[in-house]
Amino acid sequence: MTLPQNALPHEVVPGDAPELVRVLAADGSLAPTPAAEPYLGIIDALTDAELEGFYRDMFISRTFDQQATNLQRQGQLALWPPSFGQEAAQVGSARAARTQDHLFPSYREHVVCTIRGVDPVDIIRVMRGLTHGGWDPFDPRNGNTHIYTLVLGSQTLHATGLAMGLVFDGKTGSGDPERDEAVIVYYGDGASSQGDVHEAMVFAASYRTPEVFFLQNNQWAISVPVATQSRAPLYRRGPGYGIPSIPVDGNDVLASYAVTKVALDEARAGGGPRAIEAMTYRMGAHTTSDDPTKYRTSDEEASWARRDPIARMAAYLRGRGASDAFFAGVEAEGSAFAEDARVRTTALGGIPTDLMFDHVYSEQHPLIDAQREWLGEYEASFDEGAS
Amino acid sequence: MSGSIETLPLSRALNAGLRRALAENDRVLLMGEDIGRLGGVFRVTEGLQAEFGEQRVLDTPLAESGIVGTAIGLAMGGFLPVCEIQFDGFVFPAFDQITSQLAKITNRHEGALSMPVVIRIPYGGHIGAVEHHQESPEVYFTHTPGLRVVSPSTPNDAYWMIQDAITSTDPVIFLEPKSRYWQKGEVDASGRALPLHASRLVRRGTDVTLVGHGAMVATLLQAAALAESEGTSCEVVDLRSLSPVDYGPILDSVRRTGRMVYAQEAPGFSSLGSEIAATVMEKAFYALEAPVLRVSGFDAPFPPAKLEGTYLPDADRILEAVDRTLAY
Repeated sequence: MTLPQNALPHEVVPGDAPELVRVLAADGSLAPTPAAEPYLGIIDALTDAELEGFYRDMFISRTFDQQATNLQRQGQLALWPPSFGQEAAQVGSARAARTQDHLFPSYREHVVCTIRGVDPVDIIRVMRGLTHGGWDPFDPRNGNTHIYTLVLGSQTLHATGLAMGLVFDGKTGSGDPERDEAVIVYYGDGASSQGDVHEAMVFAASYRTPEVFFLQNNQWAISVPVATQSRAPLYRRGPGYGIPSIPVDGNDVLASYAVTKVALDEARAGGGPRAIEAMTYRMGAHTTSDDPTKYRTSDEEASWARRDPIARMAAYLRGRGASDAFFAGVEAEGSAFAEDARVRTTALGGIPTDLMFDHVYSEQHPLIDAQREWLGEYEASFDEGAS
Repeated sequence: MSGSIETLPLSRALNAGLRRALAENDRVLLMGEDIGRLGGVFRVTEGLQAEFGEQRVLDTPLAESGIVGTAIGLAMGGFLPVCEIQFDGFVFPAFDQITSQLAKITNRHEGALSMPVVIRIPYGGHIGAVEHHQESPEVYFTHTPGLRVVSPSTPNDAYWMIQDAITSTDPVIFLEPKSRYWQKGEVDASGRALPLHASRLVRRGTDVTLVGHGAMVATLLQAAALAESEGTSCEVVDLRSLSPVDYGPILDSVRRTGRMVYAQEAPGFSSLGSEIAATVMEKAFYALEAPVLRVSGFDAPFPPAKLEGTYLPDADRILEAVDRTLAY
């Protein structure tokens, strides 16, 4: 059987859907959709410094992302999954989270992680083959940001379980937004087909968790278009679980911020889980091992380049009077940030061979002990032979 | 119950152990399908929701991956979740969350957090049930680094091992021999007999060492009694811990008898018996008078229940292997 691929365009971006929240048009002009009206107060309250901060976050992240991609090309990393193009969805949502909130990324949320305080070189260490984790989510410096999960959708259940615990522990729903904790979990259009995402939404609704399901629909699951994952817009799934769901223009940082802020605050106040579908585009490859020319057209890429989240915000800021000096300053800051990451990456050392035995169990284990000892003796035997 | 010796069926001993764990640490919570109001399909958790409340004993949605995946998140939040999988054959929808997530999270986090999650699974045959309700999936979990796997064979072990599993900071797959749920035995609540990961010599003998776990231990003892009447003296070792394996008592026994038979309900290919046989041959080669033999379920899917008596090793099949090892 041949699927009628064109029954729906693979871009199920409901550009004209009445539910879509967008504030900035692609040219950077302020052009709120009707659905954006309830959010305009939040956006109006943003200071110039905050608005410029959003741009700065996005610009620096992209500079770093390009540097990491280059490092992979130079053989410094085994792999890099670029965040290129998804900066607005990630900056908006991460800046909407409060200090006490918990964030569960998938594996492309370099922007989210960096904003929350994770050292980008810790992400690089994962992609360089030095660690499976990279950072400690319980270290306050990392802003309650959990480590990457590579099996798609698995982390949605971990986020839901943590959020259930917040309910049981009374750490949420008191009505004090400065204290109440919430959880945001990131996943993509491909992962939305995974059973774990379904089960997470079932559990979240059942236990009324303080949780936001943040779906970045970047249109492609490696080479498979979103129409293969779903014949209906993904945000329409939420109501089936009893979870209010909002589609937002994920290339509009202001809309992404406001929608996430409201959803997190509703969830933390005891309103139960919320879902957001951020319509965006993976402007780069799936990873550095991928070749998008095999499955998508340059016309499509060009059409999304015209909706670039950073250019859009730059145009908006220029319209508000941001100076050339501001943009030059951000550019210099981005270059310095990326250069620092490069220098520290190339200076990374190796890891001891018996690292593989560390933390397999948290308590003593005879098999691990025996194998660690054997490997030590085996390796030492080569040293003896050489001397 | 505490500080007394009481005779209980294995399922009630588990219930008492879970009750004590819930009472001693308010971070312990039970979660699973039908475990609250109903008390579980085997009534192992009967009365616990009424006693401890719906936030300590959770009737979850019917989704095994969801149960284990949310237990991981709860453990990240400092809880000690004890999940019930209703039957052995229903654990596989949770296989990714158990093997790719739960088992590896401490390692992935470089020790920044532990995963004190227990997954209780009633397992094994002899109950005449339909497909997926009689299986022995232990080796999928013993093959996975990061998991601990145990199985009690007596009510006293059930009472203590479930509490020790809950106290463990590592994930523990807790396999309950469901055909033994209704068998009574003495439970001594005043003190632990053995550590969680110790194996135990349960019968002395001189000629052949019989080793197994869970419900098979009773069958081994039955076989040993029959062998005795025919003039053969068998030692029996209850494995108790399937991962890690405590080889001390097994090797000590084999060095005395020179012969060993491992019996298990699971299919024999790539089984726990395979692993233990290989290790015993490596560690006690010069003490062996015969190859280590295995008696297993056949390498076919668990058959319709009318055939389970043929599929599952019984005392006669164990004695056939005893005779073969003595013939070397």
